[in-house]
Amino acid sequence: MKISYREAMRQALREALIADPRVFLMGEDIGLYGGTYAVTKGLIDEFGPERVRDTPLSELAFVGAGVGAALGGMRPIVEVMTVNFSLLSLDPIVNSAACFRHMSGGQFHVPVVIRISTGAGRQVAAQHSHSFENWYASIPGIKVLAPATVADARDMLAPALADPDPVVIFEHVQLYNLEDEVPDERASDIRSAAVRRAGRDVSLVTYGGSLPKTLEAARELAKEGIDAEVVDLRVLRPLDTATVLASVRKCRRAVVVDETWRTGSLAAEVMARIAESAFYDLDAPLARVCSEEVPIPYAKHLEDAALPQAAKIAAAARATLGR
Amino acid sequence: MIVAPPPAGPVPYAKDLSIAFLRDMVRIRRFEEKCAQAYGEGRIRGFLHLYIGEEAVAVGAMHALEPADNVVATYREHGHAIVRGLSMDRAMAEMYGKREGCSRGHGGSMHLFDAATRLFGGNAIVGGGLPLAVGLGLADRMQGIQRVTACFFGEGAMAEGAFHESLNLAALWKLPVLFLCENNLYAMGTALARSESQTDLCIKAASYNVPTLSVDGQDVVAVHEATLQGQRHVREGRGPFFVEYRTYRFRAHSMFDSELYRDKREVEAWKTRGPLHTFSARLKAEGKLTEEEFLALDKAAVAEVDRAVAFAEAGTLEPVEDLLKDVVASS
Repeated sequence: MKISYREAMRQALREALIADPRVFLMGEDIGLYGGTYAVTKGLIDEFGPERVRDTPLSELAFVGAGVGAALGGMRPIVEVMTVNFSLLSLDPIVNSAACFRHMSGGQFHVPVVIRISTGAGRQVAAQHSHSFENWYASIPGIKVLAPATVADARDMLAPALADPDPVVIFEHVQLYNLEDEVPDERASDIRSAAVRRAGRDVSLVTYGGSLPKTLEAARELAKEGIDAEVVDLRVLRPLDTATVLASVRKCRRAVVVDETWRTGSLAAEVMARIAESAFYDLDAPLARVCSEEVPIPYAKHLEDAALPQAAKIAAAARATLGR
Repeated sequence: MIVAPPPAGPVPYAKDLSIAFLRDMVRIRRFEEKCAQAYGEGRIRGFLHLYIGEEAVAVGAMHALEPADNVVATYREHGHAIVRGLSMDRAMAEMYGKREGCSRGHGGSMHLFDAATRLFGGNAIVGGGLPLAVGLGLADRMQGIQRVTACFFGEGAMAEGAFHESLNLAALWKLPVLFLCENNLYAMGTALARSESQTDLCIKAASYNVPTLSVDGQDVVAVHEATLQGQRHVREGRGPFFVEYRTYRFRAHSMFDSELYRDKREVEAWKTRGPLHTFSARLKAEGKLTEEEFLALDKAAVAEVDRAVAFAEAGTLEPVEDLLKDVVASS
């Protein structure tokens, strides 16, 4: 049976609430309203307003309270409506949650999970469409996950909750309607990247909302006889460099696809790691497809032009092959 | 400079408790005097924010809490940590950057942590501790734990959004959080009236339907009584409570402060309201303290500090190979 990414995430949240009385959800309009993206719809009816907790529009306070509640023995799952809004809660994430274990000499740890929706593609303009996964992925002390498949949407939450340290989960808004079959058995890997399509000519490295576009590009390339491999990073911090390098060494060409802005992008970090460790395995310069350096615009044609698209990805891949 | 008259009046405690208050204030004072000296000698580096002049606040407040309570403090927290029960040895070793320090030398003066006494830092983002305290209170409420989370912050934090968001959330959810504002009149170098349109801090807290008290922070008795009242309210499940302690720091903000922002006569006027000498004078007047007893407890505090310095000096350095340990759990 096919389920949606949204349903998979809801199923994971529901199972977490059933499995552990310490787990509770907290965020803006996740309860009575049913969640901005309807991920939490119905959960308040089943678990009540104590465990599915609507908050005021106070990102700083409720994310900070999630950090504090984790210190106090709970397992909070905090939802932040968009990554743009998460900037209002960076202080408790960066200055408290990420620092506490080390700064306290290992005395305290912060087992909080923070779910943040991210990304563009819905014509909601600059203040609801950005991608800052690269910023979060640069912070020591937290883990950063980006489930890009329906199965990962269902399966990454439980190991994130079991992790003793803060975990930030990025859910690209364009993925919520994605439908797919999911296997009965559960995966629990929040360490590894995954090869989503095996190939041998060029390695396309991506994550999150760019995965469907990259797979689409790979299908286009296949029609031209170019066999692209698609690597889904899945875990943005710590990066699974080994899987990326293995793919690049096999294909000898690589394009990194990332919806964050080009300058200082996560793609830049991935490329640096490839250049550091696999430079002599490359047959072509590294390439990347990122967002254009502009606040994401409203008008459809402009928004499309600002974002990585399958055609751009395919073109970049062809270029690495001199085509 | 016009300041209020020195704290006076009867001390409503038995001799033992009265002397315990005085002893803890002297312990903090002696500890910090030694810190300042060690800083001058280059043994302690980084930022060092001294609490000298404000000791009555930490002492009166901490003695109103239970051992199982949570404490969230600021970067000016040496006194809170020591009175809470962190040994001077481990506090001093932390400032020396030694592995035997309470935070293994990772935090220094501003980040004293102690799981044993439930001291959740040493938080050096102004206002940063308040949302954490709200969360600690929420965790206790959800787990049915009868505990108070005491959150210290300065009046400077009340200009931060974190204060307003946290007070609102704590009051909205009736959480067991005791908000303790140490109003020493200066946010670093910015006087209260230069940074706040409303200088009556209790009005701000009251606007979130949080009950408030404002007391003389130089008077350990007033501090203790107000904190007792506040913690009782919180412990009875009636939601958060806000206490303002009007106090004054006698020393610079940190060791790099030339104090251009305040008049030396103001500092001298406030020193007439020093928490140690005014309290010991009251105890002597009531026959609860002799000069010999005072000298004995002072001598004991000096000896405790000297032992802490020896402990810190003898401490070891964390091997650089362990630099990345404890950033996240080892897998």
